[in-house]
This record gives sequence, structure tokens and C-alpha cells, in this order.
Amino acid sequence: MNDAIEQSLPFHVDLEANRILAIEAVPSPLLPARLLDIVVPADWGRAGEMAQAAGWRWVAGWAEDEGEHLSVSVCLELQGDYLVLRTHIDSQQPSLPSHAPYFFSANRPERHMQDLFGIEFTGHPDPRRWTRHQAWDEHAAPLRKSYPAAGVPPAQTPPDNSYPFFKAQGQGVYEIPVGPVHAGIIEPGHFRFQAVGETVLHLEERLGYVHKGIEKIAEGRTAEGLARLAGRVSGDTTAGHAFAACLAMERAAGLAAPARAAFVRGILAERERVANHLWDMAAICNDVAFTFAYYQFGRLRELWLRDNQAWFGHRLLMDIVVPGGVSVDVSDAALQGMRASIKYLRKELSELITIIDANSSLEDRLVAAGYLTPAQAQSFGALGFVGRASGQSFDVRRAAPYPPYDQVEVKVPVEQQGDIAARFWVRYKETRVALGVLERLLAALPAGETRLPWQTPQPGAEGLGLVEGWRGEILSFVRFGEDGRVSRYYPRDPSIVNWPALEKIALGNIVPDFPVCNKSVNGSYSGNDL
Amino acid sequence: MLNLYRKILTTGVLTEKFDRHYREPEIEALGIELKTAIDRRFAGSLAIRQVDAGSCNGCELEIHALNNVYYDIERFGVHFVASPRHADLLLVTGPVSRNMEAALRRTYEATANPKWVIAVGDCGACGGEFGESYASCGRVANVIPVDAVIVGCPPTPLALMRGILNVFAR
Repeated sequence: MNDAIEQSLPFHVDLEANRILAIEAVPSPLLPARLLDIVVPADWGRAGEMAQAAGWRWVAGWAEDEGEHLSVSVCLELQGDYLVLRTHIDSQQPSLPSHAPYFFSANRPERHMQDLFGIEFTGHPDPRRWTRHQAWDEHAAPLRKSYPAAGVPPAQTPPDNSYPFFKAQGQGVYEIPVGPVHAGIIEPGHFRFQAVGETVLHLEERLGYVHKGIEKIAEGRTAEGLARLAGRVSGDTTAGHAFAACLAMERAAGLAAPARAAFVRGILAERERVANHLWDMAAICNDVAFTFAYYQFGRLRELWLRDNQAWFGHRLLMDIVVPGGVSVDVSDAALQGMRASIKYLRKELSELITIIDANSSLEDRLVAAGYLTPAQAQSFGALGFVGRASGQSFDVRRAAPYPPYDQVEVKVPVEQQGDIAARFWVRYKETRVALGVLERLLAALPAGETRLPWQTPQPGAEGLGLVEGWRGEILSFVRFGEDGRVSRYYPRDPSIVNWPALEKIALGNIVPDFPVCNKSVNGSYSGNDL
Repeated sequence: MLNLYRKILTTGVLTEKFDRHYREPEIEALGIELKTAIDRRFAGSLAIRQVDAGSCNGCELEIHALNNVYYDIERFGVHFVASPRHADLLLVTGPVSRNMEAALRRTYEATANPKWVIAVGDCGACGGEFGESYASCGRVANVIPVDAVIVGCPPTPLALMRGILNVFAR
């Protein structure tokens, strides 16, 4: 561990030793991350290779249109240190060595940049289109500034039936196409199974169906407008994404939300975590027909959402995290009410978990199903409960604490079994931890302002927000243009990283267990597709 | 196992008369009115196929809540089905992403006549936060015929119930 830290921290020195010219921006405009400019784009691939060898995790990648040049930025993380590598390429012939050979988590994000900026990533192991279906053609690059937000769409968008799916052949091998419209109240996406008998031989995800141009329509928005949009990147993570986007915008503006606002944001984030974990635990049990737990957890979630409505004015907590602070304060009545409801929930959970733990049919379905090894989880860079059920302990709240978590300790439960049962247990334990964190946040809630007046950032100012959403680490990059208007927004939901893990998790399971495998990961389609 | 049954018995029946928590006495009356309408027009059962045509998933969370023990919309004869072939009503959330446009049209065509469509949420009703763009067709009515809209971001379960009741109780 210590060796890794010593090796990794002077990453730019390593680069120099390998004759990669890199210039560090001092002071960094992207705190808490350092920013290294890789001067020669041809070195980009080797820089990725070295980062992988030194144990860095590939967090996110995004591009920006700077006119004659496109910039490509990649955020890396090691031991809680964040580093952004950036390079500039010719916008007429945009080509850059791929990081995907070294990092699995770079695979789809690079294809996303390829589809939306027209960048060719050389050496990419799978350069098929990803976000692009049939709504714009191969030569269009919707995120270039010259491309109109309205686009040039066909009168009717044709179905995307020419995607080159992986094929499997052999005696008894058959294919099951599922989606995009699924047999339930869930988001759209396509799954292509190759199966033998009941066993899944191969699973390929085809996402992008709910791509609605979030990055493009963010351009030109005010700070407040961007916070609203961020709150709708993934509806179940409205507090998380708004939190990350507001941190990014505030850092760009040189502003820090008041202490009380930071605590209220923490309260909102933990309440969101509890509500979603309750729902996931309900749904995992429902997918193996244990309806008792479905109704019980669903009941507790509904009560929790009604409390949200009573104390914050919105069941899902939308539009409460705003630039400069929060729009709703915690009243004394809310404080007392929340304390009481935390106690009640804790008592109910204790009672329920005893029943669930003793249920052998549940154990039969969840233990050893949907297995992701710790080594696989690490190579995917799996986040949140998916990573933590397979031995990955990373949590932004602990590894790189931001207000209010710099003042409240967060325990991070980790399991090693890597199966659906482990993902259930991590959620359960995280729920209990969140209740404790909530109590400490309420107890230490500072007095004072909850919102500062917004300050218009300088043209070109940029900022990075990194928070632990309920699904895991969320990254938010924001750059401002003229008049305090947003010129670039890129949100990286943890789903983007975790979705590929599901392709492995499903392998060797029976097809009818896919829904519960899927639910145990519960990636956001909207957060992935943007 | 005994614990399980004890928990079920002590939890009791939670399904609400809506006037108790929300002080909206018209809802229970509306529910009965809907039940009457469904009994008359749909032989007691209204089948809904929910279609997410591009939403942020906020609306889906609240549509799900209709099935929890507090709302239990099934007591009014309303239930969710897995195929558009079985549906009387499509509950469509939006905005309709261009990548979902063809799938939504096909789902609509696969639904047997007579059929109704309700566009759910501000995005489904008018494009909402996302509007129209290279990637989004905007409101649901831009793609398939819509009979009614239920606004809200997202609409609460209560608003969803009222919206569904309104279409058939009139």
C-alpha cells in the first residue's frame, strides 16, 4: 500500500522519466484534483499505460470543443488522490491513442466521445458506436459547438436494427433479445443473451436509449438552471448529482457554501441513500418472489418519502441543493421529527433483518448467485455497493472527504463474497451507517446562513465536483463561458462504471435469475445515457 | 417463520383512505367513481402498460409507489401488465428520446384498440427540463396521440391516481 502511494504521488516525475512532457497547472483549477497537461497527444496512450501500472483508477473522461483544438481530459484516482490528465488535439483530424486497452472503465466513455465529438481513439479494442443510434449520422458530432442543439433530426427516427451484436454459434446455442421496452416499470435498454439451455453463455448490453442530450442542453444555462438539470441526470440521484454539480460550480466561482448548507446537503444525500437502499432491498426480494420483504421495505420507503415531503417539500428532494447552498433549511420541528423517524426505522430494520436472515428460500436464491470476484470488481473499477460487495472499499466520503464529511466520520462496510446476497447486505449495512451519519449531522448542525448569493465566475473558469452518491462516486465537471453561462457540463454517474460489471455478473447464471442480478447492480439507464 | 407471521399480523392493513393522511376527501370518492367506471367500461379491470420513453427515472419511482401498500391502486381495478398487447392504457413518461422514438411508436401500434395514452410528468406533458433537441423529441404528443397529461416533476402517487381517475371517471 505505502509503496503504491510513494510511487504514484509524483506521477509527473514518472512521466518525465519516460520522456512524456507534462506540465502541471499550479495552482490547480480543478481542486481537489491536480491537473497535468500532456503536451504531446501521441504520449496519451503511454501515460494511460503507466497510470494503470501504478495502480490508478480511471474515473472519467470527457472532451471539450475549444475551436481549433479539442481537449480530452481524464480523471484518475489513487488512495483518495485525484489527478486530471489533459491533452489537446487537432479538431479537424481528431485522433488520440485509447486508454481502453489499459482500463475497462475507459471503454464506453471513449466510445461516447467518439460518437459525440467525432474523436477517433486509436487502438480501442471495441470502437463500435455506443451512444449513437439512428438520430444523427456518423459524420455529425453533436457536442461540437458548431452543431446546433436542435440538430437535424429525421422526421421519424428509424429503429436501430443494424447494431453489430456479438454472435455465438454452436449446437444448442440460442439468442434472447430483450428490450428496450421491458416487462416492468423500469427504464429502457437492450440486453442480448446467448444461452445454452437455461444458462447464460454471454450477455451484451446495448444502452443509450434514453440519451436526451443533457451535455448539449446544459450549454448556455445559468448556474441555477444547471443545478436543476443536474438534479434530473438520474431522478433517483437528484440530491447526489445536484450536490456534485454545485460543488463544481462553486469551486469555479471561488465560493464555498456556508457550513450549515454543507450539513443540510449531507442530510439530503444520506436521506437519498436510505430511500434508495430501502427500495433496492425491497426489489431484490421481490425479484425472487419474497413479497413479504417487498411490502415491508416498500412501506418503510413510503414513510421516508412522506417525511421528505413534510420537511423538505419534495418526496424525492429535487431542486433543494442550489448553487451557493440549499433552498430549504432544517427547522427545529424537522430536526425532532427526523430523529424520531431514524429511531423508528432502525427498530423496524432490526426486526425485518432477523426474519430475512432466517429465510432459507431467500438464501437459496441470493447466495452464490450473480458472482463478481474482487479481482473483477477491481479491474472494472466497480463503485458503491457493487464494488463494496466484492472487497473494494473506496468511498469518496472517506477517501477524499468534502464538507460535511470532513467533520463526520463515515464507516464503510465491505463484503468479500461478491454475490447478490453480499450486495444486499452491503445495502443493509450502509443504510444503518447512513442513519448514524444522519444523527451525527443533525446533532452537529451549525447555526447560520444556508445560502450565499451567487457570484458570476470568470469566463473559462472550471471546477470539479466529487461526491459519494448512493450508487457510488459521482464526478461532475463544469466550465463557464461568458456572462456566467455554462459552456460545458459532464456528469459521470457511477452507473457508467458499474454497467459493464453486470455483463460478467450474469455469466453462468440461469436466464430467469437475470432480473435479480440486474436489480442487485441497479444501474441507472438515464445516468448512463445522458 | 413465526416471526414472519407475527410481523405480518402486527403490521396490519395499511392501505389508506386518502382523506386520513392528505385531507382530500374527494379522492376516496373519486376512487369509487373510478372503480364504477372501470367496472362498466373494462369489466372491472384496467390494464396499464408503463413505457419509459426517455425519463430521468423520477416518474418511474412514483409510478412504482402506486403499488405499495399505502396506495394499492389495484383495489380500484387498476393493474400493470408486462405487454402492450394486454394493455388498455399506456402510461408514458418522457421526454421521448429520439433513440426511443421507434420503440414507442411500435409499442403504441402493438396496443390493441380501443386504447388510451396518458403522458406522465412535466417532460411527458410538455418536454419539461429537456425540451426538444437533436436527441429529444420533447413531449409525448409529438410522437403518438395523447389523451391526457399528468403534470409534476415527478407527479406524486396521489396526482397520478387523480390523473388516471380523471380520464375514466368523466
